[in-house]
Amino acid sequence: MLKHITCTVCPLSCEITLEIGENNEILSLTGNKCARGKVYATKEHTAPERTLTTTVRIMGGVHPLLPVRTDQPIPKPKLREAMLATADLVVQAPVKMGDVIVENFLGLGVNLIASRDLDRAQ
Amino acid sequence: MRELLVDVAVIGGGPAGLAAALAAYKAGAGEVLIIERNHELGGILQQCIHHGFGLHRFKAELTGPEYAQRFINELQETEIRVLLETMVLEVTKERDIYAVNSREGMLKIKAKAIVLAMGCRERTRGALRIPGKRPAGIFSAGTAQRYINIDGYIPGRKAVILGSGDIGLIMARRLTLEGAKVEAVVEVLPYAAGLARNVVQCLEDFDIPLYLQSTVIEIHGDERLEAVTIAQVDETWKPIQGTEQRIECDTLLLSVGLIPENELSSGAGVELDPITNGPKVDDTLMTSIPGVFACGNVLHVHDLVDNVSKEAERAGGFAAHYALGQLSTPVKRVKVEAGENIRYVVPHMISLDKPVEFFLRVQRPQEDVLLDVGGLRQVKKPSVRPSEMLNITLTPEVLRKLEGDTLRVRIVSPEEVGADA
Repeated sequence: MLKHITCTVCPLSCEITLEIGENNEILSLTGNKCARGKVYATKEHTAPERTLTTTVRIMGGVHPLLPVRTDQPIPKPKLREAMLATADLVVQAPVKMGDVIVENFLGLGVNLIASRDLDRAQ
Repeated sequence: MRELLVDVAVIGGGPAGLAAALAAYKAGAGEVLIIERNHELGGILQQCIHHGFGLHRFKAELTGPEYAQRFINELQETEIRVLLETMVLEVTKERDIYAVNSREGMLKIKAKAIVLAMGCRERTRGALRIPGKRPAGIFSAGTAQRYINIDGYIPGRKAVILGSGDIGLIMARRLTLEGAKVEAVVEVLPYAAGLARNVVQCLEDFDIPLYLQSTVIEIHGDERLEAVTIAQVDETWKPIQGTEQRIECDTLLLSVGLIPENELSSGAGVELDPITNGPKVDDTLMTSIPGVFACGNVLHVHDLVDNVSKEAERAGGFAAHYALGQLSTPVKRVKVEAGENIRYVVPHMISLDKPVEFFLRVQRPQEDVLLDVGGLRQVKKPSVRPSEMLNITLTPEVLRKLEGDTLRVRIVSPEEVGADA
């Protein structure tokens, strides 16, 4: 089976073609113009990851929402579960950039952290 | 009316204004003032909660708020003054700024140098002349982004996005993550306008269809949007009969371009470039009015904030030099011209006595070409696209070799250069 992956490492956006075997193993990999493309396409095939950025509710702040992110990428199939988990979160102002909002988020070994300082409303 | 006297006044506290003010301060300007109409600094970055900012500058993938916070934190260590919730009403060519806020009323700020850093705004439905009714549910993509990321409102449940620029793509993902259904992204060009990375991570990841060479030709619904009709277009962007397709939706987002916000500039008499819609500047980022500088999206629309910061630092530094009387008048001035497959080049005038970083965009995509700056320097480009701004720096040593009083920037094929030589 052939699989096409657009490399997102740099603006060249190489179209990489992977030949996939019966046990989901990569038989060949072509179309990448550099070594980083091979690493990316391999990872994208075997265990794609994405950084989640979203918002959580914040009480008493200058805004009703606090932007947050995972401090490491998480498995792509976990994005939806992660969004549902952030839906019920409520934090209290003030918050500083980098503050850990949830430690070991979803047991994935990553933290959900604040993306900015958010002061208390006057 | 209260009067303030400052060395450098920066209008706008977004990424350009922050970097310009910090650079002016570091270059020795005594009184540096930022005037910002919002209640906080950071500009549009505060609503761009996705990551991917700062790869060049910080070698990290930051979110918009994180990128802004780094500058705000640095600013807090300085004596730069910030006037928030303050609207500039007028700038004069004598460098007087009239502003207003609800605490002090009218203010007159006399500045030795001014940095224009007002950014840009979104093109609207009116500018596109989409026929049909005018129901609720049609938003510019940035407005929807603000509702979702700052205010906490979802603009609708079923959306179509017109325009595949980065903001449109980012919003497709954001709406999907927040539980809305994005039925389609519609793009008039034969290729996605945004970065490939965003096509992959914002559309393909969520199986959102991208309709190329297509546009929205009709809007349906009375009170609230009910559907749009999309159709394929020919080379002249005219809809092709028989390709119409109705898509039910309650929300239409428009991500169809940004326009530098230059009402203050033109009010002051700053000469504008009809292509960039921003001021014409020289290699110190000074506009046609002495002592008035411009940087960031008010000058020309950038695609990377890293480039905005870099450009703004130069503008802020030169503004400080001007305010301190250290900016000498150039001996020779050379006009920069956009040649073959170049849409625009900034700066518009250069003096050959200092290094210049040229920012430019091409008119159409091309592959395996050379970027040629006045025959002085050529750089190989595997691919050029209108959506990706190019930059190239030339040193004074190289620039001084220029003959004549025009520097022509162009895209050429490698064979062509061979033939020239």
